[in-house]
Amino acid sequence: MWLFLLTEVMFFGGLFTAYLIYRNWYYPAFVAGSHQLNVVWGTLNTLVLILSSFTMAMGVWCAETRRKNGLVLCLTLTFILGLGFLGIKSIEYTEKIEKHHVPGFHFSVQSFVDPASDPEIYKEYHDKPLPVDMARHTEVYFSLYFLMTGMHALHMIIGIGILGYMIYRARGGAYTSGHVTFVENFGLYWHFVDIIWIYLFALLYLISRHQ
Amino acid sequence: MSEQTQHDEHALHIVGPGVYVAILISLLAGTALTVWASFVELGFWNPIIALAIATGKAMLVVLFFMHVKYSSKLTKLIVFAGVFTFLVLVSMTMADYISRAWGSW
Repeated sequence: MWLFLLTEVMFFGGLFTAYLIYRNWYYPAFVAGSHQLNVVWGTLNTLVLILSSFTMAMGVWCAETRRKNGLVLCLTLTFILGLGFLGIKSIEYTEKIEKHHVPGFHFSVQSFVDPASDPEIYKEYHDKPLPVDMARHTEVYFSLYFLMTGMHALHMIIGIGILGYMIYRARGGAYTSGHVTFVENFGLYWHFVDIIWIYLFALLYLISRHQ
Repeated sequence: MSEQTQHDEHALHIVGPGVYVAILISLLAGTALTVWASFVELGFWNPIIALAIATGKAMLVVLFFMHVKYSSKLTKLIVFAGVFTFLVLVSMTMADYISRAWGSW
């Protein structure tokens, strides 16, 4: 399992490196792009994910100490928290779609250069206009944003699917009779996804916040 | 306890709820700290502090939630090798990136 996680480290590592270099190139645009993210939703999602990691760790403990009801409860809580994370993520994605900030789907430079051109959106967010070249480069930021958070969300979706299967099996007592390897390995995967988010949160939401 | 597990690496070490609760509280505190720090103007130091706190949180997760602190030396070596290889790749990429246009600025 650890070897699989190492391949994942390399996979996400490539994305992080790309982010690092582009951030260097288009620094002001990345700052402006980062300011488009809502730090409240981001923080809330971080808390949800950390809590889900905790319930997952407790699930592993329940499996090891053969507490069937505890295991089912912990897995179900992890499942719900995982869905909660995706729910908050979809609220954020919806906002990006409304504001035409999704590259390749319907990205509008206009929405950055002249935010007042869409009165309904402007009334709600009051964005400051950006120069044209900078507005173009925010597209790079949002490409990486959607690529990185999207890949992370895909990992969450896969994890939630496996959680559903595990809840079903745990109710039959499959993991509380001494065979805990599957639960343990899934726990490793879930914590790994948590770690990726800890870094995504710092890099995408936080490091330009003070400007 | 930890001595014993080091000698007998195949024994399953069960980490209890107390440790998990302590780590959960530390992680929540770390999140609050990094969000607060991101709003303070520290110039050059902002990203460094954000990444340092993120790395601290990641280490807590790896060591305790993922049981690496209590795992065999083989697991520890694999984790370390993974992180090390990743850092080598990033630093070599960055070294290439900053030296491409060496002298032409």
